[in-house]
Amino acid sequence: MKHIKVLGIGCSNCKNTIKLIDAIAREKGTEIELEKVEDIQAIMGYGIMSTPGVVIDGQVVHAGGVPSRQKIEEWLG
Amino acid sequence: MNMTATTPTWPETSPRQFLVSAAVLWLALYWALIPASEALVAALPVDRARQLGGALQFFFYDTPKVLLLLTGIVFVMGMVNSAFTPERTRVLLAGRTEGVANVMAAGLGIVTPFCSCSAVPLFIGFVQAGVPLGVTFSFLIAAPMVNEVALTLLFGLFGWRIALLYLGLGLSVAIVAGWVIGRLRMESSLQDWVRDMPRTVAQAGEIRLTLAERVEAGFAAVREIVGKVWPYVMAGIAIGAVIHGYVPEAFMASVMGREAWWSVPLAVLAGVPMYSNAAGVIPVVQALLAKGAALGTVLAFMMSVTALSLPEIVILRKVLKARLIATFVSVVAAGILLVGYVFNAVL
Repeated sequence: MKHIKVLGIGCSNCKNTIKLIDAIAREKGTEIELEKVEDIQAIMGYGIMSTPGVVIDGQVVHAGGVPSRQKIEEWLG
Repeated sequence: MNMTATTPTWPETSPRQFLVSAAVLWLALYWALIPASEALVAALPVDRARQLGGALQFFFYDTPKVLLLLTGIVFVMGMVNSAFTPERTRVLLAGRTEGVANVMAAGLGIVTPFCSCSAVPLFIGFVQAGVPLGVTFSFLIAAPMVNEVALTLLFGLFGWRIALLYLGLGLSVAIVAGWVIGRLRMESSLQDWVRDMPRTVAQAGEIRLTLAERVEAGFAAVREIVGKVWPYVMAGIAIGAVIHGYVPEAFMASVMGREAWWSVPLAVLAGVPMYSNAAGVIPVVQALLAKGAALGTVLAFMMSVTALSLPEIVILRKVLKARLIATFVSVVAAGILLVGYVFNAVL
């Protein structure tokens, strides 16, 4: 099971990112554990400079803006 | 459902051809606008010279014009922005001496994609990599204030002179305010955990995008930005139309005219809580200007709406101590006040 963290301080793009990942995971039937990280010190620990960021199993795979559907499908694939 | 196997669309296979056709179509639509809106209002059972007719004309002409301009410019800026990332901007600014770097930071603030919700990670990322505090502030002030949405609306509703004026003054405020903050040597007013974070070396991967990928970035920018601001633009133009049609000439002169000295600080104060509605505020302001409000007051209001936002201040509080927040707000507010007063005095 993939452990996915969405890093963001609660802006609308961060919420949309979570919704999109959740929706695509349901579509594909992939089991994931989705976690929201809103603490700024924790976010900075990943070394990203723009939010929302996406971390999969400890690896930063995306930073800045809502990721595209295509990208998310690749992550979950 | 697998979406990755879709056949490539026209913009993907021949982006150059697509861009030329899109530009021609865009220009044709733009030139057809005035006749179309006049014909539309003429077809309505209202007298154009009457109040309702004037208001409808304003609404039917300005709404498509502004949305068309916005779509075109946001698309082009999306393509340009795809070449700039915060990481690359940081590389360009790290380790430079102040002065020149303040000018660069303000300029990069225009082209680097920036969302106010990223203000904190960006701030820390800059400071960690050794970008001077004042230079970081020049960037942070310019990025939201001088943006393509505000400039497009100003160009569409006020003309290119005012748009250029706003661009020049906005950059000046960002450069000077950042430089002043740098001179105050307030590094000790960062929150302790920020100051104690390990230093990093600024680096960024090379970005090589094909034209097709840039076109895709343009589409993404239009979806994200125009998709978000169009209701505010429509609402703003609707309110502006009502003001145009029904508020008597020179009504605003006593409240927002240049004789009312207190109108500039009041405009700055009123702008602080209005951040998210910048796109809707401009059409209203344009209508007020037509009714006798002074240009300096209006520019000060615009700058305050975009540069000083309450949510951003709240977010920045997590990385800055109160003393530095207060300094930031007062230096920027002083710069905006100066712009307002100078314009009201000169023009």
